[in-house]
Amino acid sequence: MGLGKMSTPLARVRGLGSAKSGTEHFWRQRLTAVANIPLTIAFIIILMSLMGRSYPAVKQILGSPLIAILMLLFILSATYHMRLGMQVIIEDYVHHEVAKLSLIMANTFFAVAIGLASAFAILKLSFGV
Amino acid sequence: MAGTKTPVERPLSPHLQIYSPMLTMMMSIVHRVTGGALYVGTLLLVWWLVAAAAGPAAYADFEWFIGSIIGRLILFGYTWALIHHMLGGIRHLIWDNGYGFGPEEREWLVRAGLIGSIVLTVLLWVVGYLVMGGPR
Repeated sequence: MGLGKMSTPLARVRGLGSAKSGTEHFWRQRLTAVANIPLTIAFIIILMSLMGRSYPAVKQILGSPLIAILMLLFILSATYHMRLGMQVIIEDYVHHEVAKLSLIMANTFFAVAIGLASAFAILKLSFGV
Repeated sequence: MAGTKTPVERPLSPHLQIYSPMLTMMMSIVHRVTGGALYVGTLLLVWWLVAAAAGPAAYADFEWFIGSIIGRLILFGYTWALIHHMLGGIRHLIWDNGYGFGPEEREWLVRAGLIGSIVLTVLLWVVGYLVMGGPR
């Protein structure tokens, strides 16, 4: 009760809907989508410029500050974006509650693991050792 | 006041199988499929970066895989999926802002996305092979 006809619009909006997150998902999906456009173009240019290069050259270029920062931004934005997107796919097709929640958790684990491992690799290439 | 009565048989709204395929519909489906493919494809990205950080032996393993026929096919598919999803995303951002919904604009937008993704992918690979020597 409290969210039916008796509640005020303010009370309803505080409930933030059935997902309890309001428009956050939608908004972050768009935010990362916009960020991904220039970052993906940068990523493609970086990949192209690394094609056919030797290991020491790749290591040095990936570890240089500008390239490393662009790669970190791309990875952060892309992994966040893909986590949101995969969540929608899971919610659309998986209706068994336990399976759905498990997959949504696994989705977050996967996105965080990919993002953190990639970020660690780039930082290691940047700072050496 | 609905109680626990058996639900009334209501007509269902028409779903996918009732429509003949349209380009806008197919592009919407492909947008989701490429998103899913890119999700799995990040395994390749993380392998590349971790291999580069791990050392020459690990990097040689990655280079061997990506230089193989299967590796190149996957990378080619990944390139197309990335560009297709990016162009599709730009189209959706245009639609999000309320533009491009007219019968001619929306067809033009999806065509541009499809043709653009193919042309750009082939172009990148031609440049990749001619100028940079391709993946190895």
